[in-house]
Amino acid sequence: MNVLLGLGGSDESVKTLRRTIDRTKEVGDDLTVVIVDKPESKRSQDETHDLAVEHLEEAGLDDATVEKLEGDPGSALVDYAEQGEFDELVIGGGTLSPMGKIQLGPITEFVLLNAPTTVKLVR
Amino acid sequence: MVGSRQYPDEPSGPFPSPPTTVEDREGRSIEIRAPAAFAADALDDVIEMYVEFDPTDRAQGIPPTGADRIRNWLETIAEDSVTVVAFHDGDAIGHAMLVPDSDDPEAIAEKSGIEWELAIFVLQAYQQAGIGTVLLENLLGHASDLGIRRVWLTVERWNNPAIALYERVGFESTGTESFEQEMAILLDN
Repeated sequence: MNVLLGLGGSDESVKTLRRTIDRTKEVGDDLTVVIVDKPESKRSQDETHDLAVEHLEEAGLDDATVEKLEGDPGSALVDYAEQGEFDELVIGGGTLSPMGKIQLGPITEFVLLNAPTTVKLVR
Repeated sequence: MVGSRQYPDEPSGPFPSPPTTVEDREGRSIEIRAPAAFAADALDDVIEMYVEFDPTDRAQGIPPTGADRIRNWLETIAEDSVTVVAFHDGDAIGHAMLVPDSDDPEAIAEKSGIEWELAIFVLQAYQQAGIGTVLLENLLGHASDLGIRRVWLTVERWNNPAIALYERVGFESTGTESFEQEMAILLDN
């Protein structure tokens, strides 16, 4: 399967990256990783990019494409998914509030409502 | 630490404080209590209530199902929580609580400087009888007595009855909106 992974720069993104790399190795998927421009994130776009490259190299997935996307995160991600031949778009599956409520942000909502591909939310 | 959420300019209150006993719209006598500690019997009562809770009314993953998962969820948040329980004939039938949006023990003990997340659940057989409003008001009254100022919540955007209830007591929608609507209230104290 041709998988596109979209990352912001949160801890949730790091978890999603790890899980997706594990899955990619298990089933032999083709993986493309894109990092969106989300200034309010814990990590900068460059930091997240380097982190993704590092994790992919450690996992022996050196051939995976890693790119940074400019512009509105949700729209950039959906646009990229639309341009390529992807079977699945993977994003983080939301954060937990102090109460334990699952919270999906506006980027997730935009992606779910606009992506032409199957969308996977990683919990 | 003050978070980034927007709060109404005007505080809301005063609200009634527990304990209190009210008659609901079905003529049932409902007792509202704030347990001194949300542990032991008080915790067991509320776990029993959530075991009876119809999972079709879950919101954003809570409450979980099954006594073990319910206990695990509540034990994770109980210690620092502010809790109010509604009883009928000795059984818990409604539960409202606040959980601090902070890991700092000093800030949690001090209460007034941090934000608190609210959740409320009423058993299906007791819904639409006015209990939710009384429970919510008494939680806010109890919170105000303890010095809490800022309370927020999220509610599924399509849950109009719940949004109307929150607006009635003084919650206002904040800017943040996706599948869930964020709302906040500033308490008078």
